[in-house]
Order: sequence, then C-alpha cells, then structure tokens
Amino acid sequence: MLSTTETLAAIAVMAVVTFLTRALPFLLFDRKGNPPRLVLYLGRVLPPAIIAMLIVYCLKDSLLALELHPLQGYETWLPALISITVAIILHLWKRNTLLSIFGSTILYMFLVQAVFVV
Amino acid sequence: MNRKVLSAAFPVTVPVLMGYLAIGMAFGFMLQGIGYDAIWAFFMSLTIYAGSGQYLGVDLLATCATLGTIAVMTLLINFRHLVYGLSLLEKFRGMGLRKVYMMFSLTDETYALLSSVEAPPDVEPRDFYFAIALLNHFYWIAGSVIGAVAGAILPIDTKGIDFAMTALFIVIAVEQWTSYSDHLPAILGAVFTLVSLTLVGADNMLLPALCAIVLALLFLRKHLEQKENHAHTEEKGEPPC
Repeated sequence: MLSTTETLAAIAVMAVVTFLTRALPFLLFDRKGNPPRLVLYLGRVLPPAIIAMLIVYCLKDSLLALELHPLQGYETWLPALISITVAIILHLWKRNTLLSIFGSTILYMFLVQAVFVV
Repeated sequence: MNRKVLSAAFPVTVPVLMGYLAIGMAFGFMLQGIGYDAIWAFFMSLTIYAGSGQYLGVDLLATCATLGTIAVMTLLINFRHLVYGLSLLEKFRGMGLRKVYMMFSLTDETYALLSSVEAPPDVEPRDFYFAIALLNHFYWIAGSVIGAVAGAILPIDTKGIDFAMTALFIVIAVEQWTSYSDHLPAILGAVFTLVSLTLVGADNMLLPALCAIVLALLFLRKHLEQKENHAHTEEKGEPPC
C-alpha cells in the first residue's frame, strides 16, 4: 500500500489532470470565432473510439484468457461475457443506466463468487 | 445562493441524485476494499470528482502505479471531457469566478443536464447552472462516503464489484451506438486496442492503442465527414449542396 504522502500525490495528479481535461477547451477556444474544424471533428469521432478502447482495457484479463487458453480459462471470460450480454440487453430494453450497471454487476459478482469459483 | 434557485434546480438533478448515490457508493465500497477509509473517499470525491476516473483511481492506488502512469491513465479516461467544454463555451460566459468551479465540476452527468435544461423564466440562468453543478457534486461526495462507511461495517465479499466500471462503459457505448449514425470510430477503437493488447501486452497497451486510433481517425477524416454530411442531409430531407 502507498504511504499517506504518496497517496496524496497520486490524488493530486488525478485531480489536476481531470481539471485540465475539463478546462482546456475554455482556455483554448473561449473567444469569438469557432474552434478549428479538425478539433471539432476529433471531438465528434474520438469519444466512441475511446469508450470502445476502455471496454477492451477493462476486459483485458478475460480477453487474454480467451486468447491463450479458451477452454481451460473459461471461468475467467465466461462470467464477463454473460454479464456484458445481460448489461446490453437490459440497457436496450429499459434504458435505465442504474438498472443496467447494478443488475449486471450483481450478476457478475454472483457468478465469480458462487458459480465459476477457481 | 438563494432558496428559489435551489428549489428550481433540485428537481432537474433528481436522476443524478439517484445515480451518483449508487455509483458513488460502489466507489466508496471499492476504495474501502483496498484499505482506504471514508476520509479518503470524501477527499477524492471532493478534489477529483470523476466517476470513471475515480473507479480507475482505485485500480491505480491498489497497484501502486507511478505518478506518470496515473497522469497518462487519468488523461486517457477523461479525454472525452475535452469535447464537453466546446459546447458550453457560450453558456458559461460571464460567470466570473464561478466559472472555474463550473469547469472543475463538468462530469458526464452535469454536462448532460447543462447542455439540455433551460432555466425557469424567473431564475437567473447562471445561478441555475451553478446550483445544478453544486448539488451534483454534493450527491457524489455523499454517495462515496456512505459506500466507504458501509463497506467498513457490512461483511460483504466485494470480489467482482469492479465490473461496475465495465458496465458503466458498456452503457455509455450502447447509448453512443444508438445515437451515432456511423459506428466505424467505435469499431476502430475496439480493434486497435485488441491488437495492442495482443502485441504489447496488458501493462502498456493503452498508449499505442490511442495513437493508432487517433492516426486512423485523422486518416479517415474525409471519408467519415462525407458520411456525416450524407446522414445529416438525409435526416433533413434536403438535397446536398
């Protein structure tokens, strides 16, 4: 575990970087006239690409298990696959963010704690 | 901040109240799970104030990541915020010092509210926006502290609770998938990250993936903008000019 000072430094870095990502558009473009078209273009197309990237990142352990030992490693990737499917179906059906997140998370916790125990 | 402004802003923020209490509690719970108590949850939610950023922060604290890694990961996960400001430049104009707080508190949910709601006619819009931002921040802090306290008291096995972060991104992706006419950026994002995971490995996969994604999107700009314009004119039912 990090020391108190190290933890404070880590939190400070997170806070400053988070603030900068939110403040930068105002610092750069808050004057008359529009931001460059290239920036607007990236602003439109980057978010879905980044979210897809983060989903793959979150699932890295499951994906590596699926790639390296698809059969023996099923207790790593199968709970994730089931819970993601449930999250997507729940969300398309009810459009309730809370229900989708908590329903699928509780299902996942149940699966890894009680069903696919390693 | 007077009562009238707060009572006008509160009903608008109720969905965020529900969401932040729940997601904030999950954060506090996870943080407690790696050995940090409610004071840390309070402090992080007060100073960082980012849903997915703080979920990732738990991961970074648990793995004792270096400050450089923390900076890059926080930048990546919050990159989408760069876009939010662009559409709120006009709304925040003339807010003086409060504008610094408005920039700080621009989470996904606050952005969603601010970009869609209108102030009632008898309330000054800038006071209204400020009240919305403050209330949301308060819900987030409250949720995370409650979660951390509950995590310390309740004997619950938290194994697997980190799936909440995956689920959050899945929900955002589903929303984006149904509202965007072109799915190529999302597909590119997933494919390049998978390739990076396979080639570079889990530890350093994000930066190469991000570079490849940005390059590909720049390379495909003509193609994607043409498709955008096409979809736009189809929607409006006007001939392209």
